[in-house]
Amino acid sequence: MRYLPLSDTDRGEMLARVGVKSVDDLFADIPKDKLLKAPVDLPRRKGELEVERVLSRMSSKNIAASSAPFFVGAGSYKHHVPATVDHLIQRSEFLTSYTPYQPEIAQGTLQYLFEFQTQVAALTGMEVANASMYDGSTGTGEAVLMAHRVTKRRKAVLSGGLHPHYVDVVQTLSKMASDEVVALKADVAGTEDILSQIDDSVSCVVVQSPDVFGNVRDLKPIAEKAHKHGALLIAVFTEVVSLGLLQSPGSQDADIVVGEGQSIGNALNFGGPYVGLFAAKSKYIRQMPGRLCGETVDADGNRGFVLTLSTREQHIRRDKATSNICTNSGLCCLAFTIHMSLLGETGVKRLARVNHANAIKLADALAGVKGAEVLNKTFFNEFTVKLAKPAAEVVERLAEKGILAGVPVSRLLPKAGLDNLLVIASTEVNTDEDRAALVAALKEVL
Amino acid sequence: MLNRQGRPTAAGEAGTNEHPTFTGNKALAQVEPLIFEIGRLDVTGVDLDEPAAFTPRLGGQERKDAINLPGLSEPEAMRHYVRLSQMNYGIDTGLFPLGSCTMKHNARLNERMARLPGFSDVHPLQPVSTVQGALELMKELAHYLMTLTGTKAVSLSPKAGAHGELCGMMAIKAAIEAKGEGKTRNVVLVPESAHGTNPATAALIGFVVKPVPARDDGWVHVDDVKKLLGPDVAAIMLTNPNTCGLFEPQVVEIAKALHDAGAYFYCDGANFNAIVGKARPGDLGIDAMHINLHKTFSTPHGGGGPGAGPVVLSDRLAPFAPVPFVREGKKGLELVEHESDAAEKPFGRMTAFHGQMGMYVRALAYMLSHGADGMKQASEDAVLNANYIRAGLSDLLSLPFGDKPCMHEVLFDDAWLKDSGVTTLDFAKAMIDEGYHPMTMYFPLVVHGAMLIEPTESESKSSLDLFIATLRDLAMAATSGNDKSRFTGAPYHSPRRRLDETRAARSPVLKWTPPAPIAEAAE
Repeated sequence: MRYLPLSDTDRGEMLARVGVKSVDDLFADIPKDKLLKAPVDLPRRKGELEVERVLSRMSSKNIAASSAPFFVGAGSYKHHVPATVDHLIQRSEFLTSYTPYQPEIAQGTLQYLFEFQTQVAALTGMEVANASMYDGSTGTGEAVLMAHRVTKRRKAVLSGGLHPHYVDVVQTLSKMASDEVVALKADVAGTEDILSQIDDSVSCVVVQSPDVFGNVRDLKPIAEKAHKHGALLIAVFTEVVSLGLLQSPGSQDADIVVGEGQSIGNALNFGGPYVGLFAAKSKYIRQMPGRLCGETVDADGNRGFVLTLSTREQHIRRDKATSNICTNSGLCCLAFTIHMSLLGETGVKRLARVNHANAIKLADALAGVKGAEVLNKTFFNEFTVKLAKPAAEVVERLAEKGILAGVPVSRLLPKAGLDNLLVIASTEVNTDEDRAALVAALKEVL
Repeated sequence: MLNRQGRPTAAGEAGTNEHPTFTGNKALAQVEPLIFEIGRLDVTGVDLDEPAAFTPRLGGQERKDAINLPGLSEPEAMRHYVRLSQMNYGIDTGLFPLGSCTMKHNARLNERMARLPGFSDVHPLQPVSTVQGALELMKELAHYLMTLTGTKAVSLSPKAGAHGELCGMMAIKAAIEAKGEGKTRNVVLVPESAHGTNPATAALIGFVVKPVPARDDGWVHVDDVKKLLGPDVAAIMLTNPNTCGLFEPQVVEIAKALHDAGAYFYCDGANFNAIVGKARPGDLGIDAMHINLHKTFSTPHGGGGPGAGPVVLSDRLAPFAPVPFVREGKKGLELVEHESDAAEKPFGRMTAFHGQMGMYVRALAYMLSHGADGMKQASEDAVLNANYIRAGLSDLLSLPFGDKPCMHEVLFDDAWLKDSGVTTLDFAKAMIDEGYHPMTMYFPLVVHGAMLIEPTESESKSSLDLFIATLRDLAMAATSGNDKSRFTGAPYHSPRRRLDETRAARSPVLKWTPPAPIAEAAE
């Protein structure tokens, strides 16, 4: 077996040194009747070539985003990732290292985490950011728990523009922790009255902008009202590129900002692994979940970095910890920070403008399609279209034509009576030809 | 896995650099500033054409301020991150015996497979008709995991080990509530040797944690568990093989006692790698167990993630598995994404989308490569390697539970360092100077100054021989008392000397801020 260095001779010598006759003597604590006599019922080992064949066959049954005009978003976005990013994250020293528990030999990881935290804080307009969460949805669940710890209240109000999967994640966690959730009904127009939900019993208000239907929300009045009642505003985003063009949640006085960072540096990956971004006002730092990297000096006085404030964490606090989290999204946040370093201020703002401009072009082109109506007054790079037919059917027909048109709202909210709505995203990867193909195909199908 | 409780956190003794250089570089060891110190706001390493003029539709929410994100050209970025990487120790650098973390070889075939466009370049909300191969991969992975564990259900959703624990414990909570015992069964038993994630997980969803005391043989005794069982106990969270590197010999009796008392058996599967192909947790009576794909099935640890923590479930818990999951439908494979579409009683949703696809591909590539025979051999080699280290060091280091066979990792304590003036931390730092990543230290908590060594099956005999010889040399030096500074000042040869963790925690600096202007700084 190509991955196992021990030869049978080695094994024999080692067993003798250990002082046992056979390797099964080392498994003597396993009850005899539970020890398997033969290998489990799975195929035998395979060479590289054979493994490649098996997996390539599965892979080829899927339609890859790059091979089709592609407009699918709603929480995960197709962007171009520079070749440099994938090369660098495959450096052995990054790929095969562990959580930086021994900082003297993990300064590479620690320094990029410090850079990552700085970038995320800058983008979100917040004072501090952590070293990443699993993804935006689980980060949102953690943000709600954090707000409960800060306010010592246990009721969250969720906007009807919050991604339905995020709503489900928060509701699952809250149900299990016996916390209260008020989830407002799906708000396609982005005009819900969330202010009237805020009173002295509320711990936090969770608002996504741009929301799942694409609307850009004004967070300021919500923050004001929340603060008046001692509640926190948790601002959520699923498209981090939007922060290149939109004013930051921090500048609108959000208390916690959490979102999905996949768009920068990371592939679609059928939903994971992704990278959750998590930032907050610094006064709440000791209630934050997840890893934090901080600056310090070494014995020679040189600048260095360590994981810090770990007294919040499970390996020390056990059942009193702020979260059960042990892992972050290490390599995905490395991908994020490399891509963001390449973009810089100039690049990320331009990327955001290109995305917005492409979405505007698409929205304008769809205005000429009978049976399709763009509902949004505001949007960044995705918006909701009302079709004359059920969106799921239309999407299926378009997929047959080799076009991946978007996300039917019914896929996210099956019983909300919104079956004719389609969420369409357009990023820098879309060409004029892609848009023309979508418009032409829609005209045929509708 | 590591615990800092009781370990010194201040910087060690300063040393002297006898041959300072102008740059501060030491040949291949380069000093690398932060991107904020080398980047510029008007530089970008991504060429993109400015779009034609447009009227924004942002409702007046345009950003007016600077973000303050400096950019790097491509050559600068390449050099920056390559230099950072050179300050890191990875499995490819050398022996990485971090107990409980399972730092085994990461095959690059698995990386290549994960990047096949049909896996990496598909969107989680594409029509299911366009992702049949991705669903097939999930189904195949599930089949492998169920076969290896002897169970009939698995939830692939969880994003990491601790997330898997949460998933399993939520399923248990849902099952208890379905039986109408939600109000009364609220205690979870957790042995003192458990990973910190176990009690943190149980507490997160409202369970009261009761510790199971440690015994001096390193095992959990069925009698101790029985004493704690009652109508208020929901479950036990038991790691097996446990964090002391031992298989729990009474596991079957413990499972039976739990089930007789109406409680569930959550098994922390962090150490499943020791018994893959040797025994099936389902046969031992577990109800739920997470599997760290990044440990047992070698998906890269990546400096702390991403992981993946699928949870296998017993028949009793299977109906409560969260959405989404894959099932056979009329037109091929289907994804059940909503509770209302399921025939069963899913407890909810753990995460947006379908879990860690990229990790599924890597793990399946590992399993296909090894096969049933190779996985069994890997477990045996991992256990043999750990015992070989035990045999090589047991005369010098102290074994808290006696000199008996261990599983895939061997646990020493610091009794042998008594009165030497050298701590476990010092010993670990001296290992760095010898070119090794230290073992897990100060964990598990049940032994003093723990040193948990897990070599994995990826080490050759000659690699282990040198490792043992090195540790013997260090151990003799530590106890001789002649060379204390070799330990207390270590490491001397790493990119950084010992770092001041106390200072980092006392006044946290968590991001870069521009240096103050000179006038201000002078105040």
